[in-house]
Amino acid sequence: MKQTTFKNVDPPFWVAWNQAKASIRVRFFRQMITTAGIALGIAFFCSMQTIRVAGGPTVQSEDQLRWLVGTSLVMCLVGVTNSMLMSVTERFREIGTIKCLGASDGFIVKVFFLEALLLGVGGSATGAILGTGLMSFVQSNQGGHVTLLGSFLTALMGTVIGVVMTVCAAVAPAIQAAKMPAAAALRMDI
Amino acid sequence: MSSTVAEREVVVRTVDVVKQYGEGEAAVRALNGVTCEIYTGEYLSIMGPSGSGKSTLFNMVGGLDKPNEGSVFVNSVDIAQLTPRELAFLRCHTIGYIFQTFNLITVRTALENVTLPMLFAGTPPDEAEEKAMELLTLVGLGHRYHHRPSELSGGQQQRVAIARSLANSPSIVLADEPTGNLDLKTGQEIIDLLRHLNSDRGVTIISATHDHKMLDVSDRIFHIRDGQLAKVETRAEQDALANSAA
Repeated sequence: MKQTTFKNVDPPFWVAWNQAKASIRVRFFRQMITTAGIALGIAFFCSMQTIRVAGGPTVQSEDQLRWLVGTSLVMCLVGVTNSMLMSVTERFREIGTIKCLGASDGFIVKVFFLEALLLGVGGSATGAILGTGLMSFVQSNQGGHVTLLGSFLTALMGTVIGVVMTVCAAVAPAIQAAKMPAAAALRMDI
Repeated sequence: MSSTVAEREVVVRTVDVVKQYGEGEAAVRALNGVTCEIYTGEYLSIMGPSGSGKSTLFNMVGGLDKPNEGSVFVNSVDIAQLTPRELAFLRCHTIGYIFQTFNLITVRTALENVTLPMLFAGTPPDEAEEKAMELLTLVGLGHRYHHRPSELSGGQQQRVAIARSLANSPSIVLADEPTGNLDLKTGQEIIDLLRHLNSDRGVTIISATHDHKMLDVSDRIFHIRDGQLAKVETRAEQDALANSAA
């Protein structure tokens, strides 16, 4: 009887990178909707934060503004998590198939991590620039004072929060799917 | 196939395999003590009505699921004892899979689909691509290597899947109702292709099926009933039966 020896080889990094890129390129429309969801959430959060730092003649008190920023953060958290969860769970079968081809759990998570990173950076940066830029413009016109540094920091904060949320929301279900027996992942039909 | 049963190499062995889904009152025993041996180079069909445990046995043999009791040996390695990483290695090198629904990676081309398992196995990219082209030519799709699955017909997709299953020269190829989603003519072509691979290249093929054309070309047939191996039919018996009927 033939004896199997186990030596661990992981495919080179570019295999995962190409898989992530192909997944974005081919499913472009679907992925852009996901990205738009991320961008809108972050734009909303950034615009609220810009109102707060602008300190213009708004009717709201500082407490109310904080409340607004907090709510917008929760809203965009739920929105981003929802769109990323959907985009991963609808691909459980693909995960099962890749497992059958001999991918390690780590490889599967790596692909989803890279994909989420690309989408997260693209979506969050777009949303942060849009939200901060537009609201800075509006606030300046209404007599508020928005410094360049202030809006830069706001946009940066929005981008970082967006990327972290996107990656976490994609990697968590991907880890769960990668750990499942391949048969269970293949059975998942959504 | 002139060798006698005694001298044939065993590639897969299951011992008292029990698989249970759910717990307590709702528990269902999909497999209830299955012991069997599968030989190198044979064309085996697993048959049974839906719900008989056919797919479960198939998943056990393929290392896609672990049994609750008993053991499954593939190349004398007990699958239940393997870590996830070792299991991935086994699936990569030892087992090729063909599915009813083809299950190609939709975002990659035919060539990339066949190359992927080899990259997982650590084959250098050039070598992998060369072998992938060879395999695609073997299944008659050499000219459509740059097409994505959505641009191929069902039969062509299944051919790509067959090429992919052979990528790492596995000890066994598992085919789960490979003709289930194909029309009669295309199904026949796929069966012929599998039979050829079996006789020309000595690939061990294990298929779950209820396609009678598939049974006709099988060396042996396992009949599964209520989670147990009810009957093992060999080709000789089948032929004899056909002759007496005629």
